[in-house]
Amino acid sequence: MITERAITLRERRVAVLEGGAGRDLVFLHGAGGLTADDPLLRHLAARYRVHAPLLPGFGASEDAPELRGMLDVTLHGFDVIDALGLARPLLVGHSMGGMIAAEMAAIAPREVEELALIAPAGLWRDEHPIPDLFAMLPHQLPALLFHDVALGERLLTGGLNLEDPQFLIGFLVRNARQLGMAGKLLFPIPDRGLADRLYRIRARTLLIWGESDRLIPPVYADAFAAGLTAAAALHRVLIPACGHLVGAERPEAVLTALAQAGF
Amino acid sequence: MRFTWFNLMPWPDLPDDFRERYRSVWVDIDSRLFEPRRGHEVYNTYLDQLEYAASLGFDGIGCNEHHQNGYGLMPSPNLIAAALARRTRDAAIVVLGNSIALYNPPVRVAEEFAMLDVISGGRLVAGFPVGTSMDTNYCYGQIPALTREKYAEAHELIIRAWREPEPFAFNGRYTKLRYVNLWPRPLQKPHPPIHIPGGGSVETYDFCIDNTYSYSYLSFSGYLRARALMEGYWERVAQRNAADSSPYRAGFAQTICVAETDAEAERLYAEHVLYFYNRCLHIFPGFADAPGYRTIKTIQSGALAQYGARFRYQPMTWKELIEGGHVIAGSPATVRQRMEDLIRGLRVGNIFCLLHVGNMPNEKTMYSTRLFAERVMPALRGMWPDYAGDDRFWCHPLENPVMPAPLARGFAAAPACGAEVSP
Repeated sequence: MITERAITLRERRVAVLEGGAGRDLVFLHGAGGLTADDPLLRHLAARYRVHAPLLPGFGASEDAPELRGMLDVTLHGFDVIDALGLARPLLVGHSMGGMIAAEMAAIAPREVEELALIAPAGLWRDEHPIPDLFAMLPHQLPALLFHDVALGERLLTGGLNLEDPQFLIGFLVRNARQLGMAGKLLFPIPDRGLADRLYRIRARTLLIWGESDRLIPPVYADAFAAGLTAAAALHRVLIPACGHLVGAERPEAVLTALAQAGF
Repeated sequence: MRFTWFNLMPWPDLPDDFRERYRSVWVDIDSRLFEPRRGHEVYNTYLDQLEYAASLGFDGIGCNEHHQNGYGLMPSPNLIAAALARRTRDAAIVVLGNSIALYNPPVRVAEEFAMLDVISGGRLVAGFPVGTSMDTNYCYGQIPALTREKYAEAHELIIRAWREPEPFAFNGRYTKLRYVNLWPRPLQKPHPPIHIPGGGSVETYDFCIDNTYSYSYLSFSGYLRARALMEGYWERVAQRNAADSSPYRAGFAQTICVAETDAEAERLYAEHVLYFYNRCLHIFPGFADAPGYRTIKTIQSGALAQYGARFRYQPMTWKELIEGGHVIAGSPATVRQRMEDLIRGLRVGNIFCLLHVGNMPNEKTMYSTRLFAERVMPALRGMWPDYAGDDRFWCHPLENPVMPAPLARGFAAAPACGAEVSP
């Protein structure tokens, strides 16, 4: 059972989804945000004590205009961990959250000993340009983010009624808050120099990728692996029949991968 | 009333099936549609038209900034303005404007506008748009949620560069300069008048009111649809206790076509107007508003409620465009009447006249322009008599400007100043 509570950080409200029992795991979500009924959180809670803070601008977390760039957000991640009273939790991040987790592990290599990156953003290869998430219409997203496109359509565009002005305003406000924040890290190119810092990461690291990820294709797993020269151990798992939203399509496979990596 | 003849400079050769074959007129427009030899002719014709308008007594001639845009060939409006400064004498050069968050460092704008002001003899009217999301975010890569903060900082830097006589250090978040020392400096003191193009956000209303800048609504959807937005502006002017409610605090862009009769207007101009409204405004909705570009307050105000409709395009007809007020077209009498309604209804002192529309050929553009200048403009001139002396929002040119000397031809024309002239 995942529940939400709020903590206060520098006088701003930060929402944290929590649940489960076991060793502490901090989960950093992607640009699409996170809710208490997220299937991955539910699976993780079977084995870990899960703490999933929502980035400012997402859900009930207050906007934080003072977070302007990568360093601000990276340090914010540590501030949240401190505020939660956690010591060296297992750090797991998906997509944009993976980028933040990797930055945290690079900037403070002694603070992050175990790291799991699920289809992380943060690198760029000219030969494999990552599609522009910020110029997508809602109906284009399922094919980009899911292996099972029909499932994606049900999950992503099921309740959308853009014809209704009130719904539309709510939808646009949520987009502006969430993707406005995400844009500080990902727009126009999701690269803030992480490639130059990967060498600092010492954590035992697990890379998880969906085999049919069309947003950040699995070649990026190779790029991460090549840059993680100082990782204490490096495990790689490629999940078949799975797109970018690994947590939505194959949450059980993530749990298995974490267990097999010894986390 | 002040009338500025404005040319967006559209590319005139978008194919008939542009909307079906291409995704967007803006950002990722197929660059193969641009043909440089044709461009040579197009630019020079458009410049001719601006100069022609100046010769007919328009108060200003105007240009703006767009990037990777099929209906705007002016990524650098200052180049156009520079060309106009040399070939015109009295008309204001209205650059509406430079997207100041895109210049690095933004003192570049202070410098170039100062150059234009000095070269033109104090004829510059300076515009500072935030820039559309298409230009600013998608073409020029600015982070949407930081664009307005960067804009505000650029504005502060430019104004200080124009005003402060001593070198100063500027420690901004986005720009750090140890020695800001503008050279050359603008002719108009303390700086040229400033117009701010806006789209209905309260923040921009306040910015204009507090700084005595003119608020310009540059919409293509006409004066009838603009009423609510402009009413919002004037309410804000009153709420904020501005010193006055001079109509020169506001400007509006309107597509206008004049002929001898209403029927002739349709016959002459319909295809060019439809080219613009049905072809040039074909913008991929994914590029319309990068998330974070608009403030939450603006979204909540419902100003974007028409956003949903953008997904369902219906081709516009001449009749709809006329009835909806997108376009004011017809005989001089018809246009006069509707312009009067516009000017009173929106309470505006500055009109940006879009008299070249879409792929309108030169002769039709000149015809419509001349009819407007001779048979519409004079009747509207005297509107707002109570504010006739309000010159805060317009340029203050030199009384006796230097004009370009005649072209010196050949060696023989060179004055012999030296002791010897070698053969």
